[in-house]
Amino acid sequence: MGQETVGFSRFGEYLCSAILKRQILKNPIFFFLLFLSVSLIIQAKGDGPEIKSVELEGVSSKNESPYDPTEDIMHHISDSYGWHLFDWKGHSISVPLPVILFTEKGLVTFMSSSFHHDHEGKHVVETQGYRFVNYHEKIYYASSSPNNHGAFVSVSKESHAIENNQPIDISITKNVASLLLSVILILWLFLSMARFYKNQDGHSSPKGVASFMEPIVVFVRDEIAKNNIGRHYNRFVPLLLTFFFFIWINNVLGLIPIFPGGANLTGNIAVTMVLALVVMVVTNLNGNKNYWSHIFWMPGVPVAVKPLLAVVEFIGIFTKPFSLMIRLFANITAGHIIVLSLISLIFIFETVLVSPVSVLLTLFISVLEILVTALQAYIFTLLTALYIGAALQEEHH
Amino acid sequence: MDIVTPGFGLLFWTTITFMFLLFVLSKFAWKPILNAVKEREEAIDGALEAAEKAKNDLMSLKSSNEDLLKEARAEREQILREAREIKENTISEAKELAKEEASKVLDSAREQINNEKLAAMTEVKNQAAKLAIDMAEKVLRSELKDPASQEKMVNRAMDEVKLN
Amino acid sequence: MTGSIAALGAGLAVIGIGIGIGQIGGHAMDAIARNPEATSKISSNMIITAALVEGAGLFGIVVSLLK
Repeated sequence: MGQETVGFSRFGEYLCSAILKRQILKNPIFFFLLFLSVSLIIQAKGDGPEIKSVELEGVSSKNESPYDPTEDIMHHISDSYGWHLFDWKGHSISVPLPVILFTEKGLVTFMSSSFHHDHEGKHVVETQGYRFVNYHEKIYYASSSPNNHGAFVSVSKESHAIENNQPIDISITKNVASLLLSVILILWLFLSMARFYKNQDGHSSPKGVASFMEPIVVFVRDEIAKNNIGRHYNRFVPLLLTFFFFIWINNVLGLIPIFPGGANLTGNIAVTMVLALVVMVVTNLNGNKNYWSHIFWMPGVPVAVKPLLAVVEFIGIFTKPFSLMIRLFANITAGHIIVLSLISLIFIFETVLVSPVSVLLTLFISVLEILVTALQAYIFTLLTALYIGAALQEEHH
Repeated sequence: MDIVTPGFGLLFWTTITFMFLLFVLSKFAWKPILNAVKEREEAIDGALEAAEKAKNDLMSLKSSNEDLLKEARAEREQILREAREIKENTISEAKELAKEEASKVLDSAREQINNEKLAAMTEVKNQAAKLAIDMAEKVLRSELKDPASQEKMVNRAMDEVKLN
Repeated sequence: MTGSIAALGAGLAVIGIGIGIGQIGGHAMDAIARNPEATSKISSNMIITAALVEGAGLFGIVVSLLK
């Protein structure tokens, strides 16, 4: 088409114009509040006891040792058997999810509520002749007696590795539940969008969800697929669209802190690994003669260098999808960690006065993360298209 | 650390779910959506092309119309010019003719008048001559009643002859 | 993460990424300023290159996370 190629910038504009139009960062009040809070915190720390009385309830109970956010953050970004919603009067309220285990004797299922919110290995679930224990969100066959921390697992003294055996675990964990929810959401979105196109008479302009999604679909088709794959791009558009929307919607769901969102799905290495494996398989299955000759017998270089390049290029087959896997995982996980760290500031400083800083910085990072959700989906899809394009490239130089 | 070791359960479910999603979306969402978008783009391109063509057609039609109009105008002009010429010719011819006729009539009239005048003059002359002769006869008769006067008359005539 | 050398490693990796992506972004801006018509092409190439640099840096971070 004669249309000028549009980079990601326009896409970002499309998404963020509404947010950035307000120009929150240019507002002097923002900085005033920031400095005010910072000075108040310093004052609070100096003044000591009387202001410390506004401490948060959860923190005061562990007042002996300074609050370490690492464990909480790690818990939030990792998978878990139940979907924790909130604490109510000291009790955790969570959505119970099914635990599905393959043992030597066959399938064992029970609800995650059987663990009674325990993930320290202290509560043993006895079912169908087995004893299971949840130790740091992993299910082990429980030891017959607790160790000196009260957990029914035995930890090796040298490597701190758990010596208990694990059943094959295909439980519907929080991430799996989030995955299924997101798939339902994606299917609902795009099947209803497809229905709009089927039901339209003639060529009416898109309405509803179609009007929002169509520019993005066309963007993926033209700017990502067509520009980077080349002649045979049509075959890969469905895959790229699925990648883009799967990653994007799951990234966005991960940013939503309350129930149907909040799972760190695209920040989980297993999920990104599956996506990267799909990329690897698709790229190499579609590789033509030219692609393989560039890997194993690079044309246009001295014969002595060819074996060396072959090794490098062969490793490249794996490092390319590996970098896709790591990039998505690290970016999304880092986003979650930053948000959680900023919230943790309230507990680290042990005062609510830090909350304006914490909330404003979290807001800032969240806005940035909204951009990152789309950016990472775009980069993943773009690089996939590039790799496929390289695999399909005809010999002409 | 734990977060960089992929868990088997999630690997398993993601593979199944993603494959399912890819299959269902490709078959029931992307295919109709992409086809519809492509069709619409083609329809829009076609419509634009048709509009361009129609515009060109209209332009050529307009120019041919204009040509026709120009031709018609030129023809009208010519017809008018011819008519005017004819009119002028007719008028001038008629004028010429009339003039000729008039001059002819005038000539003949003049001739006639001349003739009449000549005739009249002749008549008058004759009449006058006759009258003069008559008068002269009467005068002579009265004058020449006596012989003396006859004598004198002859003498005077003789003198005059001598003088000549 | 308290005082672990791993965190130091991650920080060092981030320095590398920062310099790399900073260079890429800066030069891309230069290029756009010089040739504004090519903005879309430059920015998409910028993102691709930045992604590659970032990918290399992320390996460092992941290795440091592995402990």
